[in-house]
Amino acid sequence: MAEHIIESIYRFLPEIALTVTLVAAIVADLILRERNRHVAWVVLAGLAVTALLVLGQRGWNVSIFSDTIAVDPFAVFFKAVLLVAGIFIVLFSMKSRELEINSSRIGEYYMLITGVIFGMFLMVGATNLLLMYLAFELASISSYVLAGFTKSLRRSAEASMKYIIFGAVSSGFLIYGISLLVGVTGAVDIYGVRDALQAGVEQTNALYVAIIMMIVGFSYKITAVPFHFWAPDVYQGAPVTITAFLATASKVAGFAMMIRFFRISFMDSGVLASPSFDGAASIVPWHLILAVLAAVTMLAANLMALWQENIKRLLAYSSIAHAGFILMGLALVTDEGISAMMIYLAIYLFMNMGAFYVVMLVANKLNTEAIADYEGLGHRSPFLSVSMAIFLVALAGFPPTAGFIAKVYIFGATISAGMIWLVAVAGLATVISLFYYIRVVRNMFLVEPHESQGPVQYDTSSVIILVLLLVPVLLLGVYFSPIVNWAKQAVTMFGM
Amino acid sequence: MEFQIFGIGILTWIVFLPIVGMLIVLLIPSENKNAIRWTAAGATGLQLLLAVILLGLFDRTALGINDPGSFQFVEQFDWIIVEAVPWVGKIEILYFLGIDGLSILMVLLTALISLIGVISSWSIERMVKGYFALYLLLVTGMMGVFVALDFFLFFIFWEVMLLPMYFLIGIWGGPRREYAAIKFFIYTFVGGVLMLLVMLGLYFSVAYTNGAGEQVHTFNLLHMMNSANFVEGSIFYGMDTTWRYAAWVALFISFAIKVPLFPFHTWLPDAHVEAPTPISVILAGVLLKLGTYGMLRILFPILPDGTVYFMYLMAALGMISIIYGALCAMAQDDFKKLIAYSSISHMGIVMLGMASLTNQGTVGAVLQMFNHGTITAMLFLIVGVLYDRTHKRGLYDFGGIANQMPKYTGIAMVAMFAALGLPGLSGFVSELFSFLGAFSSFRVITIISVSGIIFTAAYILWTIQRVFLGELGDEHKSLTDLTGRELLMFVPLMLIVIFLGVYPGPAIELMNASLSHLVEFVNVAGR
Repeated sequence: MAEHIIESIYRFLPEIALTVTLVAAIVADLILRERNRHVAWVVLAGLAVTALLVLGQRGWNVSIFSDTIAVDPFAVFFKAVLLVAGIFIVLFSMKSRELEINSSRIGEYYMLITGVIFGMFLMVGATNLLLMYLAFELASISSYVLAGFTKSLRRSAEASMKYIIFGAVSSGFLIYGISLLVGVTGAVDIYGVRDALQAGVEQTNALYVAIIMMIVGFSYKITAVPFHFWAPDVYQGAPVTITAFLATASKVAGFAMMIRFFRISFMDSGVLASPSFDGAASIVPWHLILAVLAAVTMLAANLMALWQENIKRLLAYSSIAHAGFILMGLALVTDEGISAMMIYLAIYLFMNMGAFYVVMLVANKLNTEAIADYEGLGHRSPFLSVSMAIFLVALAGFPPTAGFIAKVYIFGATISAGMIWLVAVAGLATVISLFYYIRVVRNMFLVEPHESQGPVQYDTSSVIILVLLLVPVLLLGVYFSPIVNWAKQAVTMFGM
Repeated sequence: MEFQIFGIGILTWIVFLPIVGMLIVLLIPSENKNAIRWTAAGATGLQLLLAVILLGLFDRTALGINDPGSFQFVEQFDWIIVEAVPWVGKIEILYFLGIDGLSILMVLLTALISLIGVISSWSIERMVKGYFALYLLLVTGMMGVFVALDFFLFFIFWEVMLLPMYFLIGIWGGPRREYAAIKFFIYTFVGGVLMLLVMLGLYFSVAYTNGAGEQVHTFNLLHMMNSANFVEGSIFYGMDTTWRYAAWVALFISFAIKVPLFPFHTWLPDAHVEAPTPISVILAGVLLKLGTYGMLRILFPILPDGTVYFMYLMAALGMISIIYGALCAMAQDDFKKLIAYSSISHMGIVMLGMASLTNQGTVGAVLQMFNHGTITAMLFLIVGVLYDRTHKRGLYDFGGIANQMPKYTGIAMVAMFAALGLPGLSGFVSELFSFLGAFSSFRVITIISVSGIIFTAAYILWTIQRVFLGELGDEHKSLTDLTGRELLMFVPLMLIVIFLGVYPGPAIELMNASLSHLVEFVNVAGR
């Protein structure tokens, strides 16, 4: 037993490094006092160490702490993605002017970010239903605080409040679903659930309710329509850095947990895979529920995005729409679909972060988030505008950007699984999405600036961060085999 | 056949030279306008030189189309390889370039029109750097489409053209440029999404067994043309299935939007009217051909059953485009819009010729693609010359130009009569071939279509009368004749138009082998 624990701790090093970072951030905050913005460097160093440790975990496929956490290629893939997101968010925050409103407490801000990442690490690895719930809460509660960090701004306080209320509702759904599932199957970990379902369960109605409750709980987290309505307000109200974090990392972690749960509990139990299986669970068409959810999300979010006047709100709806595209992969019940989701999530991270970063830079200088104020920006700040245009066309799915590759894989998996109606909806949604992305591009380039508006300049470090985001968006568009190979291998070695 | 420069294949050079030019342009300070222009001219000029070398080395007897061995100047490398995993076989995307009789003329046309477009762009003064950077990117996209033999690569080049075009119309265009640009963008984007879906469906349906005995899914167009490669049980397996017809219709629409064929044509008049002259030239000269080229390269050989099944539909749409385009052209009082509608009419002839699935009709169609490219490019340049001088292009705004600008009028007459289909000029030969081919397949449709020629004659002659003949207005007494730079754009095009009118043999020889092979293949596979 002791050996098992020591072995587990060794496998748990990245998470431990994060905890150490968190403590170091608190201590640094106390020591540095007035110069507490330097806490960012402490956190950055901690994240870098964690990244190295995560890279060392490649190829591992073990279950630790009495089979509650999996350290498999799937988890490692998502940990890497989350770390990239975390590092960029810290970099963004160092550049943000908005956060200076509450600069005396900026040390806490970085500490909380570390806390969220820790929670997300647990989310992507957890195989125990209770731990999944705990990790979910850990990540969420820290996020509520972060959304209200600039609390002297009315919109930020409001965002935080809304986020707490809807977050609590989603947690409620999730824990309700989990408890029913535990009751029906008598197992607390997802492998146990799988075995119990394979053996067949009796209370099918309870199982039905449990699955629906859990889908609803997850849907809040990943902002699937109609459980999305908190997102635009929260995304608009929160500081841009946190919006970017919620729209990318939070969604990535939510999807990772969702994928693991459905993949192990339901896909492996053969609920749908084998028609011969006549167990009780086969009457629950969870994949069709997900497919409908995905279709509704894609269409509704893209349509609602058309009327937005605030760029953050526009990107909020866009990220909801992307959740719909990603969700298609899970509805297919194939490993191909799951690997396509992983590719999409990784690519989505870079392009969405890039767009939010530009929004932040513009807000820093021009103090505006209105799409109308982007008029003529292409003439005032060509590099920034060209970058924004690239991120937006990537989000729309244009080659040769990475966004196109993401769409190719998710569409391809859907066609391959034979869900033609779903891919047709996705195609339609893609066309709709073009309208609002191109509107921003139009404002930037097709409208001349007013005479009074001079050029907008940015310092070198801001530009370097921008380039760091641009490179993967363009490079993964023409050379994507590494990420595709990685995702496919990760799915193949899933929790064996 | 192989031909390399510095160890890199000639087709890679010809496709990516403009990109090299673009990078250089981006490095030049934006005040240095002439350096930027000369860089663009140099890149496209070298491209034309390479195209001429290709023409010189081209083997006229090689078949191409679906026969991997007889493509020329082939460059094939693995681009993206995803190793096999338990639930899906190996995946490959190729960097696969090559030309055959179908593409050689198009490559030549693209290089020629691109260079002439650059010369015509000399008068652009606003944001020169951005303009030429986008222009060169556009040229790479066009050229890439004509030489790509991998569907994925083809699609990337296809979509790469979209954004530069959007900006070129949207920033440098006329008063309603925004509307025109977004309309063009959305139409083509819809086509792109349809093509993407069919492409992915085909990809999952097609697999070949490689040397190591692995099942490999591929985007290789040549493998897609072999019906034996369709995996049993996959979505496009078999012949004459509903899914295959659906795929045919989707792919046809995506190409027809580009042609543009009635009823997908409405973006064209707006785009043409608002676009600056050089972009109109590119649009009419090259971009429209991408649609019909895509049909011959991809739609016909990969889905031959649908092609045969929908033959009459294609012919009927071609017929409607011919008549409708000509009638609309007659009703215009804007010179540029008139030419835009005449383009629709002339591309209808291409469609009709192709739909006939006869050797004669297809040869006529491809030749018509080339001829329409040169003739319409001239016509748009002619409008551009007048517009540059007077900032007007209404047909009723002019009159008696012939006396004031004799050189200009002479060249305009050649272009106009070529568009009209006068024997001795290039348009006549290709139209004749197209109609002859079509007549052997569909009698009634062809007879009705030929009446379009009468309308064409009417609007062309009427235009000549309104613009070039009659009294010269006082405000036009100071108009100057063509400058040296303008002559440089017109003369090569004019010589080609006259040469191919008198002696079309060399052009037909270039493509005959490939096209007769294509027609035979489609007819055998589709019936």
